[in-house]
Amino acid sequence: MTTHIHSERVRNRMKRRVALNKGLSGVFLLATTFGVFVLGVLFYQILTEGIPYINLDFLTGKLSTMPERAGIMGAILGTLWLMAVVIPVTIVLGVGTAIYNELYAKQGKLQKIIQTNISNLSGVPSIVYGILGMTIFASLLNLGSVVLAGGLTMSLLVLPIVIVSSQEALRAVPGYLSEASIGLGATKWQTIKNIILPAALPGILTGAILALSRAIGETAPLVVLGVPALLLPFPGGLFDRFTVLPMQIYYWTLDASLVEEYQFLASATIIVLLAMLFILNGTAIVIRNKFQRRY
Amino acid sequence: MKFVTDIKNTRQEVKQQPTKVYETKDLNLWYGNTHALKNVNFPIYEKEVTAIIGPSGCGKSTFLKTLNRMVELVPSVHTSGTIEYRGKNILDPNFMVEDLRTKVGMVFQKPNPFPKSIYDNIAYGPRIHGIKDRKILDEIVETSLRGAAIWNEVKDRLKENAYGMSGGQQQRLCIARALAIEPDVILMDEPTSALDPKSTLKVEELIQELKKDFSIVIVTHNMQQAARISDRTAFMLNGELIEYDYTDDIFQHPKDERTEDYITGRFG
Repeated sequence: MTTHIHSERVRNRMKRRVALNKGLSGVFLLATTFGVFVLGVLFYQILTEGIPYINLDFLTGKLSTMPERAGIMGAILGTLWLMAVVIPVTIVLGVGTAIYNELYAKQGKLQKIIQTNISNLSGVPSIVYGILGMTIFASLLNLGSVVLAGGLTMSLLVLPIVIVSSQEALRAVPGYLSEASIGLGATKWQTIKNIILPAALPGILTGAILALSRAIGETAPLVVLGVPALLLPFPGGLFDRFTVLPMQIYYWTLDASLVEEYQFLASATIIVLLAMLFILNGTAIVIRNKFQRRY
Repeated sequence: MKFVTDIKNTRQEVKQQPTKVYETKDLNLWYGNTHALKNVNFPIYEKEVTAIIGPSGCGKSTFLKTLNRMVELVPSVHTSGTIEYRGKNILDPNFMVEDLRTKVGMVFQKPNPFPKSIYDNIAYGPRIHGIKDRKILDEIVETSLRGAAIWNEVKDRLKENAYGMSGGQQQRLCIARALAIEPDVILMDEPTSALDPKSTLKVEELIQELKKDFSIVIVTHNMQQAARISDRTAFMLNGELIEYDYTDDIFQHPKDERTEDYITGRFG
């Protein structure tokens, strides 16, 4: 009996395959370490530059043209106010849209077109949303560059992320659970409220975390909207003018050629922004895990 | 003379069939263009176990799900004909499905408890129908779990998640959950196909017990099971009801050749 597999040629080829396997694992490791290395350098630079500038006065003070007196309380409050608009708007509109698309809409051509467009929207450059926000909220509704206009613009920007991830979470809830509920005489809404939404909540929250992180860090739409980094009074409501942390970072980095210290203030602000991101994400993850344990 | 007619009447009553729960007339059902049920005429009698057998894809599960209109969860379904439940046509668009499903409970092929506690699983049905009183809920939970012969196994861990139970226990929990809405009919879609023989036996014994209070329609792949537990058996093939009779007659003297072929294992 002739054998095709147990031959000299196959053995030689096998050596090559094994060698390639080893070599490639090194290549992939390199790819990973490159990213981590760059991130490490960035962190190091920001921390060494920024840490000395972080103190209570910096965190709670007003903006000033004099670097040693400048504080970022205004930008922190602005970012928080922005979140206060973005979180409820995106969750209500995003989850609502997802529920409609996934559970109520009749699957047809129109539905497919809507679906494709929502997915495409998440790829639209953020500056385009800025122009949209400026046209509709700032000009047409005559709001100006206030918290509400900025928040709604940011909400539009991150809505597709929330919708798509919520839909995926809803789709992942096994059909036999809703069947059990419907089979007991529950209405569709009762089934959604009591069975589907609780089971989908961890997935929905994951999407919301992603969306929130994006909204906190975005600058371009707000630049278009005309959000300044000037000497503003602290924002106290939806119709106050405001600035946000990334905006502050942007302007200080821009002016670093005039006053060198601005560079360090920008680094300090980045640390604050990152800290806020971690706290917000951390909270969302804790909530998510709590529900995941239960379900 | 009057005495004689009285006796005659009594005799007629004895001969009469038990009350019909369902009366299906010329039922046709399509999934899109696929004709899944063809002119089905299928009466179902009170407090009996009615088994439906037939090869995969013969329409037996579809028919079962038509009885509580769960089949409508598939968007492309349309039907013709009538299904009367206690004298009312449930295919009438004005018929409230929620009401129907409260009277007709369902047990599915795979045990499908909610990811909630044992207690909350049973209390789910009563709660969606607006019962909030803790005492009443406690009572329903106990009665239902006793009814499904699982109370003794779970009474000390009602607050534990139902996913910690074995498959057989989960299925009996699902039966208890169906009992909690105090149904009239219980539909069972191959309820033991995912269970081991021991759990299967328990569920079969339970069905015999439940028959005293409920009308049961059960779809099964297992012909021995149909023979063991049912009063009447229906054989379906390619969307048609081929033969429907007392279980003993179907298994011992099938009238149709196709029924005989199927139950003797010549196809299917």
